[in-house]
Amino acid sequence: MMEYSEEIKKAASAVPDSAFVKYQPSQQEAEPELPRALSFLEDSWRKLRKNKAAVVTMILLLIITCLAFLAPVLSPFDPNEQHLSWKNLPPKWPGVSIDGLNGTTLFRGRRVDSYELAKVPEGQCFLFGTDEFGRDLLSRCLWGTRISLIIAFIAALLDLSIGIAYGLISGIKGGRTDTVMQRILEILSGIPSLVLVVLMLLIFEPGITSIILAMTISSWIPMARVVRAETLKIKQMEYVQAAKALGASNVKIALSHILPNISGIVIVRAMFSIPTAIFFETFLSFLGVGMRIPNASIGTLLNGGYKVFKLYPYQMFIPAFILCVIMLSFNLFADGLRDVFDPKMKEG
Amino acid sequence: MAEKVLEVRRLSVSFDTYAGKVQAVRDISFELKRGETLALVGESGCGKSVTCRSIMGLLAKNAKVEGGEILFENRDLLKLSNSAMRSTRGGKIAMIFQDPMTSLDPTMKIGKQIAETVRLHKPVTRAAAKQRAVELLALVGIEEPEKRYHQYPHEFSGGQRQRIVIAIALAADPQILIADEPTTALDVTMQAQILDLIKEIQKKTGASVIFITHDLGVVANVADRVAVMYAGRIIEIGQADEVFYDPRHPYTWGLLASMPTLTTNDETLYAIPGTPPTLIDPAPGDAFAPRNPWALEADRLAEPPLFPVSDTHFAATWLLDERAPKIDPPESIVLRAQAFRKRQSERSASL
Amino acid sequence: MKRWSKYIGKRLFYMALTLLIIASATFFLMNVLPGTPYNNQDRLTAAQLEMLNKKYGFDQPLFQRYINYLKNILHGDFGISLQFSDQPVATLLSQRMGPSIQLGLQAVLFGTVVGVFLGVIAAMHQNKFLDVFCSLFAITGRSVPNFVVAVLLQLLFAITLNWLPIGLWNEGFRSTILPTLALSISPMAESCRFIRTEMVEVLSSDYIELARAKGMSEIRIAFSHGLRNALIPLITVLGPMTVSLMTGSLVVENIFAVPGIGEQFTKSILSNDYYTIMAVTILFSALLVAVIFLTDILYQIIDPRVRVEGAK
Repeated sequence: MMEYSEEIKKAASAVPDSAFVKYQPSQQEAEPELPRALSFLEDSWRKLRKNKAAVVTMILLLIITCLAFLAPVLSPFDPNEQHLSWKNLPPKWPGVSIDGLNGTTLFRGRRVDSYELAKVPEGQCFLFGTDEFGRDLLSRCLWGTRISLIIAFIAALLDLSIGIAYGLISGIKGGRTDTVMQRILEILSGIPSLVLVVLMLLIFEPGITSIILAMTISSWIPMARVVRAETLKIKQMEYVQAAKALGASNVKIALSHILPNISGIVIVRAMFSIPTAIFFETFLSFLGVGMRIPNASIGTLLNGGYKVFKLYPYQMFIPAFILCVIMLSFNLFADGLRDVFDPKMKEG
Repeated sequence: MAEKVLEVRRLSVSFDTYAGKVQAVRDISFELKRGETLALVGESGCGKSVTCRSIMGLLAKNAKVEGGEILFENRDLLKLSNSAMRSTRGGKIAMIFQDPMTSLDPTMKIGKQIAETVRLHKPVTRAAAKQRAVELLALVGIEEPEKRYHQYPHEFSGGQRQRIVIAIALAADPQILIADEPTTALDVTMQAQILDLIKEIQKKTGASVIFITHDLGVVANVADRVAVMYAGRIIEIGQADEVFYDPRHPYTWGLLASMPTLTTNDETLYAIPGTPPTLIDPAPGDAFAPRNPWALEADRLAEPPLFPVSDTHFAATWLLDERAPKIDPPESIVLRAQAFRKRQSERSASL
Repeated sequence: MKRWSKYIGKRLFYMALTLLIIASATFFLMNVLPGTPYNNQDRLTAAQLEMLNKKYGFDQPLFQRYINYLKNILHGDFGISLQFSDQPVATLLSQRMGPSIQLGLQAVLFGTVVGVFLGVIAAMHQNKFLDVFCSLFAITGRSVPNFVVAVLLQLLFAITLNWLPIGLWNEGFRSTILPTLALSISPMAESCRFIRTEMVEVLSSDYIELARAKGMSEIRIAFSHGLRNALIPLITVLGPMTVSLMTGSLVVENIFAVPGIGEQFTKSILSNDYYTIMAVTILFSALLVAVIFLTDILYQIIDPRVRVEGAK
């Protein structure tokens, strides 16, 4: 027998002689119970919750959406109601005496109470000020956000439907159909969407519907591409092949196998297309080819504000700020969703 | 006895994960002698790669060295500054990676990838580095090295790419080569060629090799000494012959029994029951006990120390304690041991 | 080689087809437009109208005008601007090409260089402060529309600080600074995000691990192996970048009163200047189609992996 070192002797002495018998596993030492498997939604929610930016922006978006859709209830004034004697009043918050929020304007180096000059009755405050026609900017912002969001949501929904339908058909049919459909896409994607939108707007009567249609015409293309690419990938999967071999129809395969599997990517893309739609609406209205005055949208508010922004910067800053918050929230939230549903996706 | 080039002392490494702290390497010690090949064997997740990454100083960001030291040239590698570690890594200790298909930069000429390493560690001119790179390509058996110097990785087969990876490892004449499963991603015929190449290079350069693998067949082919790892510990270490033909740890028995041999006469191949434990809060005692048909009560109470079997052979099992009951190892192991003793006695008789 | 020429030939054919479809579509769309091209129609007599229609060829049948139009385009003749002093559209636009091209190039160059730099920094400090900072910057750049940026820049640097001209194209390089900055926000944000994603992926690849094992410093790895591999796919965003620059140029040129294509386009839209709108549409489409074509070719030339597969 070898001579043991001190270390081994010490370790050995800690174990009683009685322990040198065959180990009998007791009943309690069964396999530990595995944690319950999470459903797709539960798992997604659990992951999304970890992304603080996504949670914060989600709450923010919910609040903004609620405010916008409650505009008819919340607005202190009719958005188009003019008080010509009260025009261009700066924001005034009751009880706040910070310059910029107390209804005063800098005039030749002195602060002047614009509300007093315009003979606004005591106690009447315009939280966001008024515009050049004396319309209440708070009401206009609420209504404007509402219209911009409606346009964005409907445009995104249309993108989604057309893109999914086109991509699915192209991907599932394959062969000649696919080739032709892809050529069409290729040609369409050679047209800058901006140009397409502008042309459409020149032809249709300006208004919500025409803006939505104009935007949809160009923006469903990326969605169709993504859906087609994913469809082609999933079509190769063995379970789809198996379903096919068992005689499932194309429609059934599309609805029960492919659609559920691309839902994550589609949701993420749709979330990204909302801010794009908002951007386009404001962009077009800012240029003067979108929503027509006097209808309020964020774009027309910016347009109106820009005309006077050297004199009354708040008329531009307030809608610009709202726009940035909405855009940032949608982008951050969509980023968060992307990390959850499709961490490998690169394009936004 | 050859001099030690590397000594790992009581190394412990853990990882912070969402599930908790994983103790990937737990208090392991071994040494590497000049010119020898040491094989680190074990299932995936047993800590063999983590051990080597600690030596290379290439641990992931969430890894933490809990304790121990890695002595190389009278210095503790774990305490070296970043820049000092960089000159050791790649210069004196080099590594061969597992998957040659992804280990080379796809957008850089392979010659440049080798020459770049030469220039990192040696003060030579661009032309001399290129010359050296061409020599290295020839050394690892790439034909027409001058021409192929200018080619990109995708123009080579998997086996050739692994040769290039080896050439990169050899670029600075390292004293220690760490080969992390260098043949796993290759097909069988390629495996043998790459193993031969590593052996040949070792003979030419006299470098020491740490060979990580889960494949005992490969080990038998290349190793001078073998360390078997399980759940972050070395459970048996010894000369290759000793571990192969006179194994003492039940886990090694299991590994060997599950390896097909020409003499295997059973219809079915043995498989070790169960799965390795998770290394988050490991239970006290021998981590292998739950899967061990020969487990003792003692295995549940305390971690067995490495009992010496011979001057060079150690195994961590309470079965080696003098108080342990006599048990019968599996038949195939007994047969192995008998064959081994017979051969040894023949050898000593012939001397 | 043969495969290459076939590929390029096919691509050129589709490019031509795309442009033809766009030209035709714009032509017919313009002809169903409400309103007439004359801005003083109310004051015109029937005889005058007839004369003008004859002068501009509006009395011919639609199909004849279409054929003439296509023929003329092939000769570089885009018709006559009806709103802007009867100039040929081609002359009008060619005068305005310079500022737009200069702004576009400056913005792409500045935007991508800064964006790539930020992206690399972010990827190297993954999930640390610098990364969060760069990523927030990128997402802000993507979220804040360029006309808002333009107005803010104008307010800050031109009106409040009075460092740079408020607009107008009359102070040489100085007057290009603000519009370039405003336009570069989107390429900057785009390339920063793109390079970060690419770099994170590249930096976790095996060959980067091998470069580390070679003993290379992190900075050298990032630039010599990392950026090299991450930059190649950046070529693919050049197309979308061109689109966003075109879009941006419309508002930014307006805000800074730059005599460029974008500003002309806006003016033409607002005044129903048919031929100019059509010309700009075709010009923009041609530019986009050409950029997409060039990026595809460039990508295949630069990436050694694609190269061989494409040329086999």
